[in-house]
Amino acid sequence: MARYIGKRLIYMLITLALIATFTFFLMKILPGSPVASADKLSPEQRAIVEARYGLDKPLPVQYFDYMFGLAQGDLGISINQFKGANVTDVIQSRMGPSAQIGFQGMLLGTFLGILLGMIAALRQNTWVDYSSTLVAIIGISIPSFVFASMLQYFFALKLEWFPVALWKDGFMSSVLPSIALAMFPLATAARFIRTEMIEVLGSDYITLARAKGASGTEIAFKHAFRNALIPLITVLGPMAVGILTGSLVVEQIFAIPGIGEQFVKSIMVNDFSIIMGTTIFFSVFLIVVILIVDILYGIIDPRIRLSGGKS
Amino acid sequence: MEKILQVKDLELSFNTFAGEVKAIRGVNFDLYKGETLAIVGESGSGKSVTTKSIMRLLPEHSAEFKNGEILFGGRDLTKLSDKEMQKIRGKEIAMIFQDPMTSLNPTMPIGRQLTEPLLKHQKISKAEAKKVAIDLLRLVGMPKPELRMKQYPHQFSGGQRQRIVIAISLACNPQILIADEPTTALDVTIQAQILELMKDLQKKIDTSIIFITHDLGVVANVADRVAVMYGGKIVEIGTVDEIFYNPQHPYTWGLLSSMPSLDAADEKLYAIPGTPPDLLSPPKGDAFALRSEYALQIDMEQNPPFFKVSETHYAATWLLHPDAPRVEPPATVIERMKKFPGSRYYEGSRV
Repeated sequence: MARYIGKRLIYMLITLALIATFTFFLMKILPGSPVASADKLSPEQRAIVEARYGLDKPLPVQYFDYMFGLAQGDLGISINQFKGANVTDVIQSRMGPSAQIGFQGMLLGTFLGILLGMIAALRQNTWVDYSSTLVAIIGISIPSFVFASMLQYFFALKLEWFPVALWKDGFMSSVLPSIALAMFPLATAARFIRTEMIEVLGSDYITLARAKGASGTEIAFKHAFRNALIPLITVLGPMAVGILTGSLVVEQIFAIPGIGEQFVKSIMVNDFSIIMGTTIFFSVFLIVVILIVDILYGIIDPRIRLSGGKS
Repeated sequence: MEKILQVKDLELSFNTFAGEVKAIRGVNFDLYKGETLAIVGESGSGKSVTTKSIMRLLPEHSAEFKNGEILFGGRDLTKLSDKEMQKIRGKEIAMIFQDPMTSLNPTMPIGRQLTEPLLKHQKISKAEAKKVAIDLLRLVGMPKPELRMKQYPHQFSGGQRQRIVIAISLACNPQILIADEPTTALDVTIQAQILELMKDLQKKIDTSIIFITHDLGVVANVADRVAVMYGGKIVEIGTVDEIFYNPQHPYTWGLLSSMPSLDAADEKLYAIPGTPPDLLSPPKGDAFALRSEYALQIDMEQNPPFFKVSETHYAATWLLHPDAPRVEPPATVIERMKKFPGSRYYEGSRV
């Protein structure tokens, strides 16, 4: 197992280096420069600013400088979005709210989704099943900005249960955005668990479990659930990254100073260091989650555990 | 002999989108204590459905008892609630399935799968259950049972897995063991081992076995009595010798003729022509009549009742009616009948 994880870590570093390289050059192709927007500067002043951030050097030199800094864990300094601030600090300060609503949304969505999917599978082709499917379809097809606005309108504006927007009331501010984010994982989990549970419940070992005298609940939770969970983990991992790292739309609607909002702005103003830093941060996150998912597979499914250990 | 299970006039249908499939159309048999009853028949003849209906393992929403009763321990199993059935399943009636590769839970160590029925049906601690489970594994011939308790199904071969399934089924010393084609998915050498094991265990724990198979070679090896099923009915039932050496129903003749044998002179292997009846609209009269060269006019119109051949041997064919014309069974069957005292072709003892 240790060898397997070691090997995976090396692959992860290679992946990361490739992502950094691609992003770096793609970003350089973008029209405009971080200082271009400041048209009030004279050419001399502009040259000074460019020199300060190393933007005057030839591209390969800039690239190697950046990669060298990255290898030491230095993400550089924001050029214009947070003038002069360390990129690591910016990401840290912005990550908090995103992670909180993301985590809450993910937890809520996955939990309810699994519950819904289980009930639907166990009461297949009854009204319970049909309503659960309906919820899943709504969750997938309604865009999050529509859903978020609706929540805002009913629960904040009309009922006044929660603040309308802004990140000022701690947990209360996080409730509506979390629910808005929860819809997608909820719908996905419900769909996956239902399909998978129905398949698992029809398998031979479930019949054997029934022949042993196991009750309905024992069969669902002791025998079927674990086997039905495997495909869900595959989709939930990357989805968790997407949600934890912030949803631009939901953060915009609720005016949350999250990382998603900041990332999009950084692209608009061509803040190279922030774009690079955030991309690399997201990538690390995703790669680590994929590793965790692979390890989780092994915990849930012993067949995968062994083959993973051998390779 | 003590009757442990009585199936009386059992009729069961599946409600499907296409209509009502009459899977079992009046099945009668008794199971005696300690015996092995084999149920043979081709796919779709209703043999699996019959046994699954005894266990009540058929999907509740589509399978429906139409008539008859299944008497076990003074109770009619067709009338019990699922809760009550849970107390019988695995404890008094246990079951082994066809494919050992898929009948164990892949994500649960086999130790837990073994102790599950013990903890469920007997008031014993986990530690005791574990001990019993290890003993069971030893009983079914699993080497190093203590070590193997923690392993998962994929770490065992097919034959070993079937041994584990047998161990699970025997955990609570059931009175009846239903084996639904337990050797079909195994290769021939392993088949023989599993059959030996089952015979051995039956003597040790004195259980009755219902053995479903379509392999007549297996039947000859394990069964005391044989029920031949066709089209959702039992068409002939008798002791193993009576079925093999004095068969009366044309379908049984067909089955026996289509068995490859070493001393058969003809090179061509016989196959019963045609296909089994569609149980969505079962034929009037004898379901086998359309495929039988021995069919009489009455076979097309009226369902034959059981005719008694001996105290233990019954067959549902109009050929046994006193007014029926005398027909000659196929040559291979006559060869068999020559060896059976009491058959009309008996030629004395020449073993």
